[in-house]
Amino acid sequence: MQIDDVTSYERSIAKYLRQDRLPHIWCAGCGIGPVLNCFLRAIDSAELNPDLVSVVSGIGCSGRVAGYVKLDSFHTTHGRAIPFATGLKLANPQLKTVVFSGDGDLVAIGGNHLIHAARRNIDMTVICINNFTYGMTGGQVGPTAPLDVRTATTPYGNFEPPFNLPWLLHASGASYIARWTVLHLHQLELTIVEALRRPGFSFIEVISPCPAIYGRMNKEPEGLDSLRNYIKRSVIKHGAGPRETAIDHKGPIVVGKFLDIDQPTLQDHLIGVAAKAKKPVKK
Amino acid sequence: MTAKRIGIESSLAVAEAVRLANVDVIAAYPITPQTHIVEGLAEMVANGHLDAEYIPVESEHSAMSSCLGASAVGARAFTATASQGLILMHEVLLVAASLRLPVVMAVTNRALSGPLNIWGDHSDVMIARDAGWIQIFAENGQQAFDQTLCAFRIAEHQDVLLPVIINFDGFHVSHVIEPMHFLDQKTVDEFLPPYRHPHALDPDKPVTMGGFAMPNMYTEGRKSLDTALRESKKVILDTWKQFGDIAGRYYKPVEKYQAENADTLLVTVGSYSENAMDAVDKMQAEGKKVGLVRVRLWRPFPYKEIIEALSGATNVIVLDRAISLGGPAPVCSEIRAALYSLKDRPQVVSIVGGLGGRDISPANFEKLIATALDKIKTGDAAETIMFGVRE
Ligand SMILES: Cc1ncc(C[n+]2csc(CCOP(=O)(O)OP(=O)(O)O)c2C)c(N)n1
Ligand code: SF4
Ligand SMILES: [Mg+2]
Repeated sequence: MQIDDVTSYERSIAKYLRQDRLPHIWCAGCGIGPVLNCFLRAIDSAELNPDLVSVVSGIGCSGRVAGYVKLDSFHTTHGRAIPFATGLKLANPQLKTVVFSGDGDLVAIGGNHLIHAARRNIDMTVICINNFTYGMTGGQVGPTAPLDVRTATTPYGNFEPPFNLPWLLHASGASYIARWTVLHLHQLELTIVEALRRPGFSFIEVISPCPAIYGRMNKEPEGLDSLRNYIKRSVIKHGAGPRETAIDHKGPIVVGKFLDIDQPTLQDHLIGVAAKAKKPVKK
Repeated sequence: MTAKRIGIESSLAVAEAVRLANVDVIAAYPITPQTHIVEGLAEMVANGHLDAEYIPVESEHSAMSSCLGASAVGARAFTATASQGLILMHEVLLVAASLRLPVVMAVTNRALSGPLNIWGDHSDVMIARDAGWIQIFAENGQQAFDQTLCAFRIAEHQDVLLPVIINFDGFHVSHVIEPMHFLDQKTVDEFLPPYRHPHALDPDKPVTMGGFAMPNMYTEGRKSLDTALRESKKVILDTWKQFGDIAGRYYKPVEKYQAENADTLLVTVGSYSENAMDAVDKMQAEGKKVGLVRVRLWRPFPYKEIIEALSGATNVIVLDRAISLGGPAPVCSEIRAALYSLKDRPQVVSIVGGLGGRDISPANFEKLIATALDKIKTGDAAETIMFGVRE
């Protein structure tokens, strides 16, 4: 897949949306909608059979995606999108399994599942909307909030260091790791296409504005304020090492494709073990 | 002794009660409709108005676990949750009770998935019924404030040492701004002695918590916990008496409203009781002999008070805001069982309604009572009635 193969933004994505569910719940200027848009274009570009794509979300504003796509989709309980998707994929390996959820869902309450899925290198694509907060519950501090940012539970600034997600995923064993912001929609679409096609565990972090809550508390009350901030702060650096991808309150936001490696997937290991297993002796 | 009346959101009033109780540790994970309580507390800690640790944990399971750790070293610990958060805590809820750690938790009652629903009912806490916690219901913000203060004193009493849940309805209570009376710090300090656990973790006197029991000990462990929970009622009654004496607001395990000469008694739990009162007033004015009984203490279950309140009635109608799928509704089944041993027992009708935030207005309560009385008349009162359901 060459990056230049996908250029047309005119394709209709309407067929992938449950239009009877619109208008969506997202606030004006929220980043989740544009990411969903990219994802649907990517499914189209990757020429996937929509009948074989399943989308699993947890709970949160980002988790609402599962309800808007006209694909097999599951809105699981908070934090459990990945284990749900694991069952789905293992039971029906021909499915393209995509987990689309928020930072709180995937990294806080569901954090354990994230690292174990990466360790297993199960064939799955995780799109993580990182808006640095629990948007749906009113913007409390979570494990991706940079130090010093204001949230509903840290009125004078966050005092807990956040995860550096690419590093976490790298250490856990993922095959593909990328990060973009909502400013980088074109790159994001291409990345999703690539991730969908690559076997193994792929993780795409999307830095996304939450103007209604997080932005309001951190001097970015409009979606555009965050986009301007991304223009200023984002630095494209493909292959950046895990130590370079930490995000703080004011410094650069390193984006790009950080890891893309071939390694046996869980499926490969399972097939390997199955081949070794002896046939039961008939009595 | 009671300070002036102020208007405040119930959730923030509960946060104020927790501040007055001078807790040491708050560990919480956000969930609607609870979050205003812990946001209020986080702000108080950040402002220096409350000298405590606020731990923004990564799930409710961790929230309860952190509270247990804090409580085990002798710190006063608080958390708040609802719905999915409460059921995610379950494993640790049971451990809190069996370790005899007096954590206090506010639960803004909310429906359970699925379908996903953020509004009020009692499904979340009814599933926690058997966890070994003392459980108390508040019907409005003032009661939630009062009961939160009482909860610490009950939980930490040396004869009790059990965790306490204060229940109040999500949104209908948690998000409502009400006029309330607070207590001042000095009064609270006198009412609530500092927390001391007789067997707290202490490097000078090492103890091990969370032991293992073989079949030859497990039953005794459960029996001792059950006895402690049943016997906590004495301390609960005493605490409510003491609280009444300082605040002028007295509470009872089972509270009656216009029940004296009633043939028919409606039994409710939680905030919908206030709508039921309006319905009872109207029906009595029309000459109907209808009264109301509200359950405040849910665990330990107040057998004596339930029997005393209901045994004289001809008809008892119990409203549950929770459904026990495939079985009898929880509050009604316990009330039926409590009345069963009476020689002359009232007819008991079970109604399930008000699920997932569906309102039961005073007019609906009149309808509900009429429906139940019809069932008694036609002799088919055995089945649970789903009130107001579209079929
Ligand atoms: C067990 C449980 N605890 C808490 C909640 C409340 N809750 C709903 S969404 C959410 C956070 C969502 O944050 P994130 O995944 O980052 O999504 P966002 O809204 O920011 O897109 C929380 C805490 C819940 N639904 N279930
Ligand atoms: S609260 Fe934040 S994350 Fe949720 S829809 Fe609004 S802007 Fe988006
Ligand atoms: Mg988020």
